[in-house]
Amino acid sequence: MTAASAASTATTATGFVKAMKPRRPRTRRGVELAMLVFAVLIALAAYADVGLARSHRVPSDIVTYGLGLGALLLIAHIAVRKLAPFADPLLLPCCALLNGIGLVLIHRLDLVAPKAENSDATLQLAWSAIGVVGFIAVLVVIRDHRRLQRYTYTSMLLGLVLLAIPSILPARFSVVNGARNWIRFAGFSIQPGEFSKLLLVVFVAGFLVTKRDALALASHRVLGIDLPRGRDLGPILAAWLVSIGLLVRGRDLGMSMLFFGFFIVMLYIATERLSWLIIGVLLFVGGTFIAYHLFAHVRERFEIWLHPFKYAKTTGYQLVQGLFGFSSGGLMGTGLGNGRPDLVPFAKSDFIVATVGEELGLTGLTAILLVYVVIVTRGLRASLSVRDSFGKLLAAGLAVCLAVQVFVVVGGVMRLIPLTGITTPFLSYGGSSLVSNWALMALLLRISDSARRPAPPPAPRPDDAMTQVVRP
Amino acid sequence: MNKPIRRVAIACMLLFAALLVNANVVQFADAKNLRDKPGNTRNLYAQYDRKRGDIVTSTGETIASSTPTTDTLKYLRTYTNGPLYAPVTGIYSIEYGATNIEAAENSILAGTDDRLFVNQLSNLITGRTPQGGSVVLTIDPTIQDAAYKALAGRKGAVVAVDPSTGAILALVSTPSYDPNLLSSHNVKQIDATWKSEISNPDNPMLDRALSQTYPPGSTFKLITAAAALSSGQYNPQTSIPAPNVLPYPNSTKSLPNYAGESCGDGKTTTLMDALTISCNTAFGSLGETLGAEKLQRQAEAFGFDSTFSIPMKSAQSVFPSNLDPAQTIQSAIGQFDVRATPLQMAMVVAAIANGGTLMKPYLVKQLVGPNLAVIDTTKPTEIRQAISSQVAAQLTAMMENVVNKGTGTTIRIPNVQVAGKTGTAENAPGKPPHAWFVAFAPAAQPKIAVAVVVENGGGKNDATGATVAGPIAKAVLQADLAEQP
Repeated sequence: MTAASAASTATTATGFVKAMKPRRPRTRRGVELAMLVFAVLIALAAYADVGLARSHRVPSDIVTYGLGLGALLLIAHIAVRKLAPFADPLLLPCCALLNGIGLVLIHRLDLVAPKAENSDATLQLAWSAIGVVGFIAVLVVIRDHRRLQRYTYTSMLLGLVLLAIPSILPARFSVVNGARNWIRFAGFSIQPGEFSKLLLVVFVAGFLVTKRDALALASHRVLGIDLPRGRDLGPILAAWLVSIGLLVRGRDLGMSMLFFGFFIVMLYIATERLSWLIIGVLLFVGGTFIAYHLFAHVRERFEIWLHPFKYAKTTGYQLVQGLFGFSSGGLMGTGLGNGRPDLVPFAKSDFIVATVGEELGLTGLTAILLVYVVIVTRGLRASLSVRDSFGKLLAAGLAVCLAVQVFVVVGGVMRLIPLTGITTPFLSYGGSSLVSNWALMALLLRISDSARRPAPPPAPRPDDAMTQVVRP
Repeated sequence: MNKPIRRVAIACMLLFAALLVNANVVQFADAKNLRDKPGNTRNLYAQYDRKRGDIVTSTGETIASSTPTTDTLKYLRTYTNGPLYAPVTGIYSIEYGATNIEAAENSILAGTDDRLFVNQLSNLITGRTPQGGSVVLTIDPTIQDAAYKALAGRKGAVVAVDPSTGAILALVSTPSYDPNLLSSHNVKQIDATWKSEISNPDNPMLDRALSQTYPPGSTFKLITAAAALSSGQYNPQTSIPAPNVLPYPNSTKSLPNYAGESCGDGKTTTLMDALTISCNTAFGSLGETLGAEKLQRQAEAFGFDSTFSIPMKSAQSVFPSNLDPAQTIQSAIGQFDVRATPLQMAMVVAAIANGGTLMKPYLVKQLVGPNLAVIDTTKPTEIRQAISSQVAAQLTAMMENVVNKGTGTTIRIPNVQVAGKTGTAENAPGKPPHAWFVAFAPAAQPKIAVAVVVENGGGKNDATGATVAGPIAKAVLQADLAEQP
């Protein structure tokens, strides 16, 4: 009993009775709705700002867009209310905000280089709708995240097959801008890695939950480090090597770093042994070393990272133009629509944070990064408070996925680490990324719902009726 | 499992902290460095994104303006009467950058100047695209045009100033070029124009008025005379040696008079008469008597051996040091290694016209904000008293004599007393001499001082300052006098 309710007992008898009744758990759905409205308003303000800056008037379709985006998110909110009433109230608004701002940024970049047919912003809006539908579908289908554990090996198989398809397909169906990580057919192109990411997190979580005791306890010491038995570690190591191998072969360095990251972190969480992190770091250094000597394109990335201005007009052009964009944004940015983010190649996809940095400045970029921080911490919060081990591993894996993905892309674009192409979750142009991240978010909401849902009340005792009789 | 999850959470926060620190480095700490990197085209595009301010003559005639386009660079810089004003406006080129006023007043024209702060602030609030401010020049289009037309077809320069303020009324250099062709958005056209202008032997992009130095020839005798008068040992009537031929000390060679003529009786003459007929031997001998040091000190008082910023920097006019007596004799008549820009010679006569006070020459009269508010008005400033007012008056009288009955009669204007001095400067053996004329008018209350130089006398072998440069100077003076109410 809190101090507040204790104080209320002193005032009136009815207050005392109210305090005694089991408190109805708060779902916080009202908070979510208010924050969603806020997110939509920010996106619409940004949209109006772009219109004012580019053509000196508020876009006439702002009401249509506002209603469309609002309706989409309202449906998502209602779905959460019905399907996961105790879910974390901040996750959905944060993603909505990022998705909305991403739409505005893509729309803003569309204005500079208009396309004949559907604009990229329109396509992205369609993908957002599909993403939200997928989000609801995940909530509908997966009523309890623990059921996913049953599909541990199915997930692995599906994840690896998805990753393998681009390598098997002829190049014209799988290569975009030098990276063989796409499936292209009938005008559609999807990045299987984005979906494979989810499936493999599910697999790793499911696998480690069953094997964690064996992994943690049954071991033999080699050079002072406890190593698990081969039969315990074998499957996961194999899956890991195959996935990383496929990604490296497809020149998808960003995604391979991401996979590496969540494998290691989930292994550490499951076994609670620091030695795994050490082994992971050593493997990462070793792998990077081998890749550096094996692949010219890896060496090239390092070279550009170290001396970008030496290659400012050739291979380093994109990175250097991005840095120029960030620097011209400065503290406050040029304002939406006033900068030249179109000078950066791939400004809509991999380099969308350069547009954020240029037009919204350090201030805007910091705000966006902090929104990711909120999402990641709320994800880890769900991981901490959910009761089952599978849920813990799954939530932590998904949250870490997001954190590492943001780090890899933002760090790469801002020259903190070598640049590896990967999308910025919810912001970047691209259907695969958007749909998979909305699905990821549905899983996190599902786990947080389970974490915050009150335990079922104990069976009513027969003498309960007696106490009610003495009530005045 | 919660302990490792907490640790992972801390690790994730460290990743984001690293991103945030890095963002601060890129966007704040290192931003200036990145912005100034060569190859950063954003600065250029940003400048072309906003309406650049106009460049306007003193009478309000717009000679450079920005017009909206439909291509990737939003504004095109265009020049009215481009070749006429090119030495003033300069160019604004995506390939070759900005020159002259376009460069010197770039911060105002581009709208980035701190003096436009209030404007920038209101733009920030209202979200309007910032605009550049205008630069109002001291140039008088009538005088500029008259000078350009009078020079036409010859290589040379004209500088006209208001002696009492230092305001530059005309700044002409011929042959000229069209800044429009170099400021277009067509890179091929720009390159082709640049190449042809650069390889043109007449060097049209050279600003002869400011950046080229010439031997000043007999116009330098004004400075020798000023040194003599200022020494206190001479007055215009002082008798000075004027042999037919002045032998150089320690040499078999000697200095003759122009065309072998003699000055007066061939023995002595007055200082006044020596200047009137531009007697070489008299001034050579005078220079030898005064000594190189006095000549140099007087030349430097008029601005030699330093530069003027108008705001474009002029080339430095030179009076050489460590002269032997023979070199001193030659230097006293503006030969040997004495070099002067047309601007410098205009400033010499302007100082004489202004009672001996040398004013700081300037080209920018006013800076006007995009909201038409005047941001800055140039106040005339004195550089120094080059000569006393008494010496100035004596020199003026002598220069009037030059025009009335001496070598400078070609500049005489009915009903207006002009003061002037001719110069015919040897420069290279076998080539016609440079023709000079420096003058101011009206002599009693000078409104305009002018220096004219025509390279190699416009190609005429018998060219003199009087015959070639005189009519040009006259046209310039008349253009100004005709404007007087």
